[in-house]
Amino acid sequence: MRKEVPLLITILTALIVILAFFLTPLAQTQQILLRWYAIIGGFAMFVGVWNLLKKHVFQVSRGKNTFYSLVLVLGFFMTFAFGIYSIVKYKDAFYINSPFMFNFNYVLAPLQSTMFSLLAFFMASAAFRAFRIRRLEAALLLFAASIVMLGRVPAGYALWHKLPLIAEWIMKIPSMAVQRGIGIGITLGAVGMSLRIILGIERPYLR
Amino acid sequence: MKLLINLLISAPELFQKGKFPLLVVFVFLGIIFVYFIEKAKKGGELFIRKIPGLEALDDAIGRSAEMGRPVVYLPGLVGLNSITTIASLGILRKVARKAAEYGVELIMPNADPLVMTTAQEVVKEAYLDAGRPDLYNPNNIIYLTSDQFGFTAGADGIIMREKPGAVFLQGYFYAESLILAETAFSVGAIQIAGTTATTQLPFFIAACDYTLIGEEMLAASAYLSREPILLGSLKAEDLAKAVIMVFLIMAILLKTFGIIDLSFLLEIK
Amino acid sequence: MNVHVTRRIVYLVVALAVIMPMLFLKGKPVTVSEPVSNAFQAIDTLKEGSYILISTDYGPGTMPEVNPMVYAIVRHAFRKNLKVVYLSVIDALGLALGDQVIKNVAQEYGKEYGKDFVNLGFKPGAEAVIVSLGKEIRDIFPEDVRGVPLDSMEITRNIHNLKDFAIVVDFASGYGITAWIRYAQARFGVFLVGCVTAVMGPENYPYLDSGQLKGLVAGLKGAAEYETLLGKPAIATRGMPAQSAVHILIIVLIVIGNILYLLEKRKRK
Repeated sequence: MRKEVPLLITILTALIVILAFFLTPLAQTQQILLRWYAIIGGFAMFVGVWNLLKKHVFQVSRGKNTFYSLVLVLGFFMTFAFGIYSIVKYKDAFYINSPFMFNFNYVLAPLQSTMFSLLAFFMASAAFRAFRIRRLEAALLLFAASIVMLGRVPAGYALWHKLPLIAEWIMKIPSMAVQRGIGIGITLGAVGMSLRIILGIERPYLR
Repeated sequence: MKLLINLLISAPELFQKGKFPLLVVFVFLGIIFVYFIEKAKKGGELFIRKIPGLEALDDAIGRSAEMGRPVVYLPGLVGLNSITTIASLGILRKVARKAAEYGVELIMPNADPLVMTTAQEVVKEAYLDAGRPDLYNPNNIIYLTSDQFGFTAGADGIIMREKPGAVFLQGYFYAESLILAETAFSVGAIQIAGTTATTQLPFFIAACDYTLIGEEMLAASAYLSREPILLGSLKAEDLAKAVIMVFLIMAILLKTFGIIDLSFLLEIK
Repeated sequence: MNVHVTRRIVYLVVALAVIMPMLFLKGKPVTVSEPVSNAFQAIDTLKEGSYILISTDYGPGTMPEVNPMVYAIVRHAFRKNLKVVYLSVIDALGLALGDQVIKNVAQEYGKEYGKDFVNLGFKPGAEAVIVSLGKEIRDIFPEDVRGVPLDSMEITRNIHNLKDFAIVVDFASGYGITAWIRYAQARFGVFLVGCVTAVMGPENYPYLDSGQLKGLVAGLKGAAEYETLLGKPAIATRGMPAQSAVHILIIVLIVIGNILYLLEKRKRK
């Protein structure tokens, strides 16, 4: 029963969604199922938050990695409190002058932007250590990449006025063709995997 | 009964005629899948090319065991509604089983609570299959945050502190892919990545030791298990791809020489 | 030289390559590419009073890259006296970011909330929301973000679904643009322009080529091109010297890395 019931739910749901795609009376079904998934996901958030807080409160009480766990727990409750206070006082947590938006604009947004900006450094270090011209294909790849990198910035135009046009051609023709090819391959792989899951012959989420 | 009658009365509008070509494609794919699966069940050798990233799985975990370091598994940022995440769980099962056999600790931070819950079950079952349920630690499979860079910061912190011997980046990633890969490199871990995110593939290919590109990741379960039925379905995918290629070439030639206008296909809704 | 020391030198050089141009160089108007020009024309050819739907589906992490695009396009929309309706189907935080930008620009142009622009809010479940918008907006957004019924506001009184919008512009750093293409453009035939992060640009060229996207603005360079077309250089144009410097630096680093690799190879022989 432990295996059969989830499999049956999977097969029935898949059949309903496939039929809904083709049959007009069932057209709303996909929307309804998507909404159910969003609702379940919302409740699942409680599970995640409970798991997170449990681990870090335990660590604080045990005196292990106390500082960062304390920052996490305090940050969590502080943001929650700001949100509740903002809703009560301003009827909208996203009201521009609310404490919640202050926290968002001056703590969360700068922290997230900082993490994103790390990409520039990591990209440079990856380029330095990993981009090796070991074969002809690698050399061609690097040549094309250099043209696109230069063509996409004003310095490239200053170097040679036709460079942006060549870069645009690379993006529009060979790069797009490859994107399409990989996309078709991935889609077929996804169809294959979906059919295996629907038929019950592959169940990675079950035993 | 009322519903059935209504359905019959509205029979002319029952089927969305604009989707008929898609139905033909779907039925064709279904037929070839069933054919190859039945053929595989009857036995016979099914050749499948080597996928280096999957071949290196055992070595990566073995390396971690020798160094006495854990393995970190990152399933990506997307939830269970993505086929990539489901494929990742298939690879996780294999990784967890090997980790249990070698006695290596498996740490898995998650960005989705549903994925975390499912992963806990998958890993528990894998440890049970390996005969080492005592080694299973649910506190190693945790939810960090659904926020992209919050998860990245948390996962990076785990990698820097735990210094794993191997890091598996298997799932759908966004901009954080290179940050995670470079952090793993900086602690000396071997990285095996796999994603269907075409935007992140170049970064993984450049930064990681092994990369499963797109459908290689989706074929991983079949490849690792070597079950004939699953391999048969891979063969069906290959045939479908060959048929699509033939049609594409035919369509390009027909359109180039102006023999036939295929723009009616764009009307499919 | 130790690999960790080398890494730190690379990081320092990158930091200088970004900071120095930002401090000392202003940036000049840039050459405009076809996708951005198409996006500009798509909005520029609209009649005064036409409706534009803006979806802010990005997060704080990509704010530095996407916000300049939002500023440029909303400035264009207000300059053309278009009616701006905005929402988010992916990220509530993206809505908050977009809201700040749109309100700042509205103040610049003396636009009034409820008459010239309105914030519908955020609803989760991207695909379901978009499909509902295609049928009747009030099914999913009966009120705006402040709880005011749509029927009582001048700007929303007479609009009912996506067909009432002359154009839809999606600012996306992830799945958002795919959802709008699949569910809004494919099903309801909306006129769609995509504004995405630079790394997502190549992935969306097939949609540009097939006509599903009428224009594509990608990354900070795309925003700078749009500012050039508007004749109002702003933050994106100011960032171009730094972007040029870093791109050239990365090419130089690749060359140096390969020279060192060849020297080491020769030494080993």
